[in-house]
Amino acid sequence: MKKLLSGFVMIVSMFVANWVAAAADLEVNTPAIAALKASMQVRHGQLSTFYNSGAVGLTKDAFIAVKDATAVPLKDRGGLNSLVSAENADRANLYKEIATANGHPEWQADIQSTFASRWIDKAQAGWFYQSGGGWVKKWGLPQNGGQ
Amino acid sequence: MKNWKIILLLAAIFPACVTINIYFPAAAAEKAADKIIEEVWQLKDGQDSSKEPVAPTETPAETPAK
Repeated sequence: MKKLLSGFVMIVSMFVANWVAAAADLEVNTPAIAALKASMQVRHGQLSTFYNSGAVGLTKDAFIAVKDATAVPLKDRGGLNSLVSAENADRANLYKEIATANGHPEWQADIQSTFASRWIDKAQAGWFYQSGGGWVKKWGLPQNGGQ
Repeated sequence: MKNWKIILLLAAIFPACVTINIYFPAAAAEKAADKIIEEVWQLKDGQDSSKEPVAPTETPAETPAK
């Protein structure tokens, strides 16, 4: 009887600890996530000019898309498409990895929609994002609260 | 049977904890998203650059001519 009780207490305390950890923060420091971040960071060096020119915009589902290929010189358009699809593949993996790293694969959609609004919120003025049915140009300074 | 009451109590707490754990932590997710976006887009302005020390590498510019 005592053994049973102590076993029960142990299981409960494990769950409580698990819950406390989950409530405090989301785990985002796995090697897989770090690799995705690094890859996206490097790619951003190329993508930022496309964001600035309006060739590429942020979609409302937390991905990016070619908005206006004519903003890019003809010779660069092939590279543009592969850049966008590589970025989207990384992003899809990122959302999935965060969900699984926290033991909740079913959170993937929620994480993705969280990212959708945060990407847009942090976008620079002049970049395009999807809103409703169309593209909107992000306005200047005071739109997003604290940086 | 005191133990019975304890087990009953634990049996009530146990599923509650599991249930709480199922909810999506929206605030924590926003925080995590912001952190990742700042890293990917390298947005952390004025945090490291303000700390930039006056580089002592330029000391030879004083050229002690004597």
